[in-house]
Amino acid sequence: MNQPANSTPASTTETSSSTGALVIAWAFVGIPLLWGVSQTFVKALALFQ
Amino acid sequence: MAVSLLDRSRTIAGPGYNRWLIPPAALAIHLAIGQAYAFSVFKKPLGALLSGDVDHPATGDWTPGQIGWIFSIAIVLLGLSAAIFGKWLERVGPRKAMMAAALCFAGGFFIGSLGVHLHSLPLLYFGYGFVGGIGLGIGYISPVSTLIKWFPDRKGVATGMAIMGFGGGAMIASPLSVALMAHFKDSAPMGVAPTFITLGIIYFLFMQFGVWTIRVPADDWAPAGYVPNAEHSALITSGNVSADNAIKTPQFWLLWVVLLTNVTAGIGVLETASPLIQETFSDKAMGPGRGVTVAAAAGFVGLLSLFNLLGRFFWSSASDKLGRKVTYAIYFGLGIVMYALVPTLGHNAQLTLFVVVACVIISMYGGGFATIPAYLSDLFGKYQVGAIHGRLLTAWSTAGVLGPVIVNWLSESRKAEGLKGAAAYQPVFYTMAGLLAVGFLANLAVTAVNERYNEKGPVTPEAGGH
Repeated sequence: MNQPANSTPASTTETSSSTGALVIAWAFVGIPLLWGVSQTFVKALALFQ
Repeated sequence: MAVSLLDRSRTIAGPGYNRWLIPPAALAIHLAIGQAYAFSVFKKPLGALLSGDVDHPATGDWTPGQIGWIFSIAIVLLGLSAAIFGKWLERVGPRKAMMAAALCFAGGFFIGSLGVHLHSLPLLYFGYGFVGGIGLGIGYISPVSTLIKWFPDRKGVATGMAIMGFGGGAMIASPLSVALMAHFKDSAPMGVAPTFITLGIIYFLFMQFGVWTIRVPADDWAPAGYVPNAEHSALITSGNVSADNAIKTPQFWLLWVVLLTNVTAGIGVLETASPLIQETFSDKAMGPGRGVTVAAAAGFVGLLSLFNLLGRFFWSSASDKLGRKVTYAIYFGLGIVMYALVPTLGHNAQLTLFVVVACVIISMYGGGFATIPAYLSDLFGKYQVGAIHGRLLTAWSTAGVLGPVIVNWLSESRKAEGLKGAAAYQPVFYTMAGLLAVGFLANLAVTAVNERYNEKGPVTPEAGGH
């Protein structure tokens, strides 16, 4: 969590909502990325068979 | 109303905004436009729209050469639009630029779909190549300067994450496109046109996440505990150089050569990977039944894609600790040795070592892409780094044309002489090692930018472009 240099710390509520937003945001891009990586990884395994 | 929501002034983050929401926003754009590197999955289907059989094209079906131009146009437009629209991006902010990128990228698919439906190659060139290529260029640079402003203490990590997405995008698009074409194959020739429409819709919606999540920091914002220029490096400026002034400096053109040589050399491996490993490690070289099969060669290409992706994040993050100049010196110094080793490893049938060396080489190719925005920010400041990065990407477009031409010319001429396997590709790798030596010298020559190029007085993004 990063604050503007001259601001007060965020409230607990803000931190919770921020954490939830972070989880959703990273899941939104992370799940398709991991799916793509896993597909490529499976394909790459053919090299070692 | 909708337009005003896209304005830069509407995207300034309020107090307490978590900066770690910015990388996913950037990734939503780069994961989408990274589809471009999976365009090859459409090559065979596009060449069999009339016959309906990829192995037996009909008269009038498009040739591989004609289809190859679609991707080439897109990559050239990527570089040109990044160079042309960079200053506009700095002025209007990332949200409007991301929306423009989404409209162009998705629009490219829709127009391209019409081109496929009407079997009009010019329409496909215009759609996916021209309009879609503009979307690629604007999309590629759209989050870069915003990331650098949010992560002045970890520029390499931040831009590495985003540009890693460009590599990952192809990994998603390739199996997705194949599945969609299989699903639609009964409703349209090879299922290509409806696949284009579906991809256009999916990517437009996916990119909207980036559009509406992205924020720019307030002008006086800094990460907690951040001390500007704490690195005490002569190559990290406290000034700001405009895009117009940056191209007047030798440093810009040295980095242009750095990017050109690194990308051209990487393309040398990517272009030859599949035939090289099959021809070099054939049954004849390895013994009956022990040669590399077509499926294993495809696995090798997949492995290179993974290291391309990982290298973007790993090397760019490492550059935060090592410094950009040292990091590029490693890319080039280690690269020269490894490129020169490839023919010998092939000649001695050392498959495992060959694969390891190729993976390290390709990780540095990806790293070269991901580290360059941070290098530019170090030298020219964050003021118009997105626009400067956009202009530097013309080196990528140049390499995209130059690399395959060099590789094909050298390898084909050796094959015409009757040489096979590692011997046929030997001059390719020695030439690429020579190119890396040029890049090494260019990087070595990079010094701090003369202060006379700095903007006088405070700079504001709104005044940054025209």
